[in-house]
Amino acid sequence: MRLTEEESAMLAGGLGPVRQWAVRHQIAVGEFFDAPDLVPVAQAHVMADTESLGHSGVSWLEGLAAAAEPERRVRIPTITDPRGLDFASYKRLGQTDAMASLEARATAAFEALGVLMTNTCINYQTVLPPVRGEHLAMGDTGVVIYANSVQGARSNFEGGPSALAAGLTGRTPRYGYHLDAHRAGTLHFALDCRPHDLADWGALGGIVGRAANSYWQVPVISGLGRAPTSDELKHFGAALASFGSVALFHLPGITPEAPTLADAFHGRPAPAPVRIAQADLEAFYAAYAAPGDKVDVVVFAAPQLSLLEMSRVAGLLDGRRVHPATALVVATSPEIKFAADRMGLTARIEAAGGIVAAGVCFYQSYAREMAEANGWQRLLTNSAKLVNIIAGYGYRPTLASMERCIDGAVAGRIV
Amino acid sequence: MAIVLACHKGIGPTVTGTALVAEDNFSARYDLDRIKGVFSRPAHKLYGQSYVGKVLVLVTAKGGVASAWMLSEMAARGLAPKAILLDRANTILAQGAAFAKLALVDRFERGAPTSLIGTGDELLVEPAQGRVTILNRD
Repeated sequence: MRLTEEESAMLAGGLGPVRQWAVRHQIAVGEFFDAPDLVPVAQAHVMADTESLGHSGVSWLEGLAAAAEPERRVRIPTITDPRGLDFASYKRLGQTDAMASLEARATAAFEALGVLMTNTCINYQTVLPPVRGEHLAMGDTGVVIYANSVQGARSNFEGGPSALAAGLTGRTPRYGYHLDAHRAGTLHFALDCRPHDLADWGALGGIVGRAANSYWQVPVISGLGRAPTSDELKHFGAALASFGSVALFHLPGITPEAPTLADAFHGRPAPAPVRIAQADLEAFYAAYAAPGDKVDVVVFAAPQLSLLEMSRVAGLLDGRRVHPATALVVATSPEIKFAADRMGLTARIEAAGGIVAAGVCFYQSYAREMAEANGWQRLLTNSAKLVNIIAGYGYRPTLASMERCIDGAVAGRIV
Repeated sequence: MAIVLACHKGIGPTVTGTALVAEDNFSARYDLDRIKGVFSRPAHKLYGQSYVGKVLVLVTAKGGVASAWMLSEMAARGLAPKAILLDRANTILAQGAAFAKLALVDRFERGAPTSLIGTGDELLVEPAQGRVTILNRD
């Protein structure tokens, strides 16, 4: 890889051991993907929940944090994905003091590195929306696919170590979705149905994701009929990234790099579309259906809820009560939680028996240990991303609309 | 005479180990019980099988970014695979392998490694050379 004078100095250790580790890591990854050089990035977003980090990861972070201050501080705005635990609600969710202690250590280490603890996977809605053409190092697949597709920014999936390395060097290897050549559509889907609910948009993302099934595929979806909302695209993108490992999609006439179908394919002929019908959506739901089953926990998360979603949950719970044998968990970002507190939404959700957790996203929060501590198996959610992830943690997930999830929470069974 | 497979230059050290092969994908968070060291997602083709010390041969990497940390954490607890061979890696597995110093290779010249290698094959994986050798077959 071609290195600038400053990058060469980092590699030689002239800017300290922390930045030397960072650029070495970036060169190893860049060479794997034949990157010609490093590209400056405007922001980094670090996924580093303590469940993923483990004790070894936290100790490693503490090692970086022990370096001299000028050598350890990030050089560009660097923010965080949801954490492993919310200090205000962890005991109600069956998480332990040992988990909280590890979380506190990780947070202290990140703060020593100059990282801003935003603890959110909806930073594109709540912190600083990416801009078309902007190069970024975003963690969290849902953040990357939204920034690339809806906002026209340029990022690969950056795992925690790589995003932190980008924060420390201010650069990332130039490969994948930083390059025009990878941003052309490769697959074509056409809708013969109209998704209505957020869960429908997630299901659609799941269907396209299963078909795409590769980080290097760029699906183009035509025939939407109208411009989706930010929350609809959030659920669509998160599920598409989760089921398919996809990092970029185009919606002709809607997303910025695809004014037309031809633009989506960079002028090449569009392939014949794979058609998606209402029956496909229904089959997607049916694969997770469990009518009449007892519901242990209802989860609204993955991605964290926007203020408008929080308002809908509160409105659907007004005058009702969550069944005593069922838990209802709502996860949002710290900023949205402050707003929800101020506007009375948190109080309405918790008055009905729900738990509002901030800065977490459920599946990143010791999901297996929560299941064991609370005796949870059947999980009901409107997040297609979550149904894809959570079975590996021992849950039996069911996908339903927000309204049906609330009905299930109140009845204590799937209705 | 062993079978030599050329691939793109990879990441991590030279290792030898026994192959565990499936026409399925890989995510440390979605697919594994990292405490027990087994595949735990019921829909995965290796469900219930131990991955510890094996050379995993799969199609691609799926799911979220957590694998980038988790491979290192699994290695620190002695519960990691010895190497991962994919038809096409995504960015997260490459970043995770670089961080964990775990052997990873992909882009085989003769096609998908799941069609070239069988479970139980003894493999020599040389990422720096872009080479995998099947030691037990001619």
